[in-house]
Amino acid sequence: MSVVVMGTGMHPWGKWGRPFLDYGVAAAREALKDAGLAWTDVQFVVGADTIRNGYPGFVSGASYAKALGWSGARVASCYAACASGAQALDIARARILAGLCDVALVIGADATPKGFFKPVGGDRPDDPDWLRFRLLGATNPAYFALYARRRMAVHGSTPADFAAVKVKNALAGSLNPMARYRERVTAEQVLASPMVADPLHLMDICATSDGGAAVVLASEGYARRHGGTLVRLAAVSTVTPTFPNTVLELPDFATDSRVTEPPPGHRPFRAAIAHAAYEEAGLGPQDVSLAEVYDLSTALELDWMEDVGLCPPGEADKLLRDGQTALGGRIPVNPSGGLASFGEAIPAQAIAQLCELTAQLSGRAGPRQVENARVGLAANQGLFGHGSAIIATR
Amino acid sequence: MTYAIDGWFAIEEEGVRLLGTRCPACGTVCFPPRHDSCPDPRCTSTDMEVFRLPRRGRVWSYTNACYPPPAPYVAAQPYEPVTLAAVELDEVGIVVLGQVKGLTVDELTVGMELELTSGPLADGPLVWMWGRAS
Repeated sequence: MSVVVMGTGMHPWGKWGRPFLDYGVAAAREALKDAGLAWTDVQFVVGADTIRNGYPGFVSGASYAKALGWSGARVASCYAACASGAQALDIARARILAGLCDVALVIGADATPKGFFKPVGGDRPDDPDWLRFRLLGATNPAYFALYARRRMAVHGSTPADFAAVKVKNALAGSLNPMARYRERVTAEQVLASPMVADPLHLMDICATSDGGAAVVLASEGYARRHGGTLVRLAAVSTVTPTFPNTVLELPDFATDSRVTEPPPGHRPFRAAIAHAAYEEAGLGPQDVSLAEVYDLSTALELDWMEDVGLCPPGEADKLLRDGQTALGGRIPVNPSGGLASFGEAIPAQAIAQLCELTAQLSGRAGPRQVENARVGLAANQGLFGHGSAIIATR
Repeated sequence: MTYAIDGWFAIEEEGVRLLGTRCPACGTVCFPPRHDSCPDPRCTSTDMEVFRLPRRGRVWSYTNACYPPPAPYVAAQPYEPVTLAAVELDEVGIVVLGQVKGLTVDELTVGMELELTSGPLADGPLVWMWGRAS
């Protein structure tokens, strides 16, 4: 048995200044319409939580259910930082696979404040996410910049390479009505934008956005009875890192010691996230038609390409420069426009990635369509060690 | 002299030391200090002992904060960009993040040797910092 995506829906990303519930409910209604179902057909609703919008955000599943009208559906809510969406999808998928329900609705939405993400309020000296700001002033872009500088030193990437990622993603985003940023940009504009965390400029770093995404998942049997293109959810990877984790992770102060001999089959965290998804789907990087990877910064897209196995370490820049990862290239990366065009709406992001995979695999991506797309990979990573990767197939 | 955090570093006669912990069973060393259990999942020890980490290491990567970081960070006024470095400690191979004292990003390179020191946050308490190796 497999689980399929019956419908997808999104509320456009932006800085709309409305409650997160509005975006989630709008996305949910779109997804239900796309699936040809009524809200009352949904047996299980899962909300990916938001921590910056008060109590309704911590129990988002019930908040959405109430907003859509109490239907008696079973409910779950979960938080896993940027991996919240994948976690919510995994919970829904597991319940369908267990035979406990046939159709589930998964919703994630966020409303974000302006500027750097801050730790949630209060003095919490035991919380590394609070402490890293207090002791070091280490914002999220600081970590992105450490990875970028490391990449420059190890692989010889340049700020111009990073800018080329933004140019590519902005072009794709200009073709996506759900994207927040729809303007094409030039490398000169990226390089001339203010430096935020050396070597990353403002336009290298993803913004924080409002937005919402939802999908209807169903058992294959249920979906077949309703017709439509079958896009299968072939894998959801939610792995944690394995010791020793020798890459500095947000929001940590330090890595594990690299002196410890790693166990056999050990992989760096980002590579392990994708590997688990490939294993589960019985597929490999060579099968992938397109990939949505978490471009929190332009430089990080290049790291991800190598981590998910699209090319050997150090060769992502060349693939990018040759146009292979652009729309029309051999392996388009972030055909949605990526975070570069969307900005981050945390609990919605992994669900939005699945919306893009589904659009591509069902041939409904319009001017962004990747020709003959058969396998889509989405990869993401949540703060504190929440892995997130999805493989969808048709 | 107030420390911004207790038990993570010490200012001693021969210099500033980060206080990690070491597992007496398997020898794994970690920072920040864990007192409850060894970080290696294959080791069942729950008896970590304080371990003074090497004072020197090589820059794994570095950056700066061109804009004042948000609270609870207290930014100096007028604001000067804070430099940050992730330094891989000699011998133990742990990469530790810290502010850099007296060096800008233009003066740093990956692989450069730095040495632990300390310095005050804008509101007074001391924190460990990376500085030029003596």
